[in-house]
Amino acid sequence: MTDINAYEGPAEAGFGDYVALLKPRVMSLVVFTAFVGLWIAPLPVNPFVAFCAVLFIALGGGASGALNMWYDADIDAVMKRTAGRPVPSGRVASGEALGLGIALSGLSVMMLGLAANWFAAGFLAFTIFFYAVVYTIWLKRSTPQNIVIGGAAGAFPPMIGWACATGGIGIESLLMFALIFFWTPPHFWALALFMKDDYSKAGVPMLTVTHGRKVTRRHIFIYTLVLAPFALWLGFTSVGGPLYLAVSAVLNGLFIAGGWQILRRDEEQAQADGYRVEKRYFRLSLYYLFLHFLALLVQHGIGGW
Amino acid sequence: MALHVEHELHKRRRSRNIGLAVVLAAFVALVFGLSVVKITQGDMMQGYDHRPQASMLPKDPNPPAANPAPVAAPGTPGAEQGAEP
Repeated sequence: MTDINAYEGPAEAGFGDYVALLKPRVMSLVVFTAFVGLWIAPLPVNPFVAFCAVLFIALGGGASGALNMWYDADIDAVMKRTAGRPVPSGRVASGEALGLGIALSGLSVMMLGLAANWFAAGFLAFTIFFYAVVYTIWLKRSTPQNIVIGGAAGAFPPMIGWACATGGIGIESLLMFALIFFWTPPHFWALALFMKDDYSKAGVPMLTVTHGRKVTRRHIFIYTLVLAPFALWLGFTSVGGPLYLAVSAVLNGLFIAGGWQILRRDEEQAQADGYRVEKRYFRLSLYYLFLHFLALLVQHGIGGW
Repeated sequence: MALHVEHELHKRRRSRNIGLAVVLAAFVALVFGLSVVKITQGDMMQGYDHRPQASMLPKDPNPPAANPAPVAAPGTPGAEQGAEP
């Protein structure tokens, strides 16, 4: 008698699974901030070249996302929120994610160099290295400050956009970097307060796990205070103007007030109303960043100082 | 159970193939568009091919001014005229 076994091989990946490897939602932030950085720079760029440059910056960001999913497949498999990603769910082999990440990194850097300039391309290569190696491989699993330092990777795109137009760095691009850099920690820690992910089971040292929620709340408030001066300072540079300053003043007021509310609450209050304040603060943080960059764009359109 | 020629797996495979075709076509269009823009802008189109080439030198912002008073070679009639006080 013969036994016939039907083997469930690895499921075949559809095209969408490869798109998911590039973290399209993170990419949308990269596209927007890189575009603003490029567009408000003092030197004009041909619109088609600008389009290509933003596209290749986004592709580089996607490549680092694929490298992140390759390395973090073991963590992603443990946590509920990420278990459905292409690699942990078995639709894409981990070697394929690595290959796609490396190939797209090389392609995006090379094409950005040809489309814009080689300073911007080098900057993009550094950003990919920073996110994939410094954040994902070195820091994510070893320090509760992982989000703070990893935030730098998300803060580079407007600087790369600026570099595409000017071929260098300016005080304006450094302040755009600071805006995202100091915004990232309160944004993610607010998420960590109400998304009770199994970070401890996955072995990722989140601040909420290592130092407790009370310390996390204090950190959120302190970062909103640090963030405000940089956001306002940007309003006094060549890319700023009255509109940007007004928008920034209102948003920073709301952000600090929200941080203060979070600081005043304890866990029992938060659990009692289902983390309403934390969720509202998280949504506010999304608007905070989007409206700052939108204000920069509009200010550029109507003319600054 | 009816047998279908087309398995769900084939559908996913086709989505991959069509996706790749679209991506490649878009890439070709992109490179072509970039070329058109760069050429019409008059950017440097020549690559370095490991030989010194005058055309690859950066433009001199202060080119040497044309000599206002040409100096004749010694021994020529022009030089003798110029030598007279």
